[in-house]
Amino acid sequence: MDLIIPSAGLIFWQLIGFLALLFILIKFAWKPILASLAEREASIDSALKSAEQARNEMSNLKAENEKLLQEARLERDVILSKAHEASLKMIEEAKKESSKQGALLIEAAKAVIETEKKAALTEVKNQVALLTLEVTEKLLRKKLGDDKAQVELVDQFIKDLKLN
Amino acid sequence: MTPKFLLLSLLFSVVLLSFSAGAFAAVSESEEGKEDPTGFIMHHIKDSHEWHLVTIGHTHITLALPVITYSSDRGLEFYKSSDFQNHETHKFGKDYAHNGIYIDDHDHLGRVDGGSILDFSITKNVVMLFLVIAFVLYITLSAARHYQKNGAVSPEGVASFVEPIVIFVRDEIAHKSIGPKYKKFVPYLLTLFFFIWSGNLLGLLPGAANLTGNIAVTFTLAILTFVIVNVNGNKDYWKHVFATPGVPGALLPIMVLVEFIGLFTKPFALMVRLFVAITAGHIVILSFIALVFIFESYSIGILSTIMVTLINVIELLVATIQAYVFTLFSAMYIGSAVAEHHHDDHH
Repeated sequence: MDLIIPSAGLIFWQLIGFLALLFILIKFAWKPILASLAEREASIDSALKSAEQARNEMSNLKAENEKLLQEARLERDVILSKAHEASLKMIEEAKKESSKQGALLIEAAKAVIETEKKAALTEVKNQVALLTLEVTEKLLRKKLGDDKAQVELVDQFIKDLKLN
Repeated sequence: MTPKFLLLSLLFSVVLLSFSAGAFAAVSESEEGKEDPTGFIMHHIKDSHEWHLVTIGHTHITLALPVITYSSDRGLEFYKSSDFQNHETHKFGKDYAHNGIYIDDHDHLGRVDGGSILDFSITKNVVMLFLVIAFVLYITLSAARHYQKNGAVSPEGVASFVEPIVIFVRDEIAHKSIGPKYKKFVPYLLTLFFFIWSGNLLGLLPGAANLTGNIAVTFTLAILTFVIVNVNGNKDYWKHVFATPGVPGALLPIMVLVEFIGLFTKPFALMVRLFVAITAGHIVILSFIALVFIFESYSIGILSTIMVTLINVIELLVATIQAYVFTLFSAMYIGSAVAEHHHDDHH
C-alpha cells in the first residue's frame, strides 16, 4: 500500500465507520451530555441568581428590622418619659392631697379642741358657780345670822355693782 | 524521579535488545540478509492486509485479516489474507495467487488476468479503525449513561474525564470559532476531536496501526469538513469566493481563481497536516529503534531507548495538539462559511 496515495478501501471503511460513529454519538452521547450540561449550567445560573435575590431580600429585611427596632426604641422612650411624668404628677397630687387632708384634720382637731375647751370652761364655770353657791350658802348660813352682817353684805354688793 | 526514569529505560533497553534483535533481523532479512531499516519502518507506517504482531526467531505471529474484493465481472468475494501468502515467510506476491487474485509485495491487490479489481479488505488500519470507534463509543456512551442515570449532576468516573473535553470543544473551539450558530456543529466537532485524539493515542501503542497517520483517513476526515463547510456556506461566503468585495474589476478573475483554489487548499492542508504530524512521529520513534539494530551496540541501545521514551512523551503531546488543531481549523472553516458580514456591503 502506498504512503501518500489514499487507498479506496480504507476511504470506504473510514467513511462508513466515521459516519456511523458520528450518528451513534449524536443520538446517544452528545445529545444527552450536551443537554445535561446545558441544564446544569442553567440551574447553576438560576441558583446564583436566586442566591443574589435572597441576599438582597436579607439586607432589605435587616434594614426593615433596624427600622422597626428604632421605632420601638423611640416608642419606649416616649412611654418611659410619659410614665415618669405621670408618676411625678401622682406624687405631686398625693402630696397636695395629704397636706390638704392634714390641714383638714388639724382644723377639725382645732374645732374639737375648741368645743372641748368651751365645754370644759362651761363645766368649770358651772362648777365654780355651784361651788360659789355652796360657799355662799355656807357663808350665808353662817353670816346672816346677824343683821349687821347682812347689811354690810348688801352694801358691799351695791358697792360692787356701782363700781361695775 | 529522573534517576528512576533512567534506570527503567536501561532495563527496558536490555530487555528490548535481548528479545527483539532476532525479530528485527527476521523482518528485514528480505534483501539477501541485509538490514533494511526503511522497509521495517515503512512496513509499520503503511497499511497492510495482515496484522503482524511479533516475530520470535523465524516464526511470524500474525493476525490474518479478511480480504474483500469487488470486480464488476466477479462480484463480491471474501478471502482471508493468509490465502495469498507463503505460510512460512508470510510473504505476499504473484507466486502465491489464489483464485486468480494476488497481493503483491507492496500490498496491492491484483488479478492474474490483469482485470480491474477493487479492494475493500478489512486491512490492519480498518481493524484499527474499528478498535478506535469501539474505544470512543465506550468512553462517550459511558459518560452519557452517567447523565442519563443521574440527570444534570456533577460528573463522576468516565464522565468527569469526558466532560471537560466536551466543554472545551464546545466553548473554546466551536463557540469561539463559529460564533452564534455554533450549536449545530458541536456534535461533529466533538466526534472529530474524540476520533482523532483516540486514534493518535492508540496508534502510539506498540504494535498498533498508524491509523490517523494514514492519508486515506485524513483525506476522508478533511472531505467531511469540506462538505460541511460548503453545504453550510451562506451568501456572504460565496460572495467572498466569486465576487470578492473590495477588489477592482480587472483583478477579479485572478482573485476568483485564488479564492476558488482556496476552497480546496483548506481541506488539503487539514489532510496533510494530520498525516504528516502523526506519520513523522512514528518514523522518528521507529528510526531510533532501528538504530539499535544497525549499530548492534548496547550503548546505542540505551541511548536510543531513552530517546524513544522522550519522543513518545512528545508524541503524547502531538497526539493531543493535532486533534485540537484539526478540530479547531475545521471549526474556523465552518465559522468562515456561516459568519454574517455586516461590513463591506456597500462596495
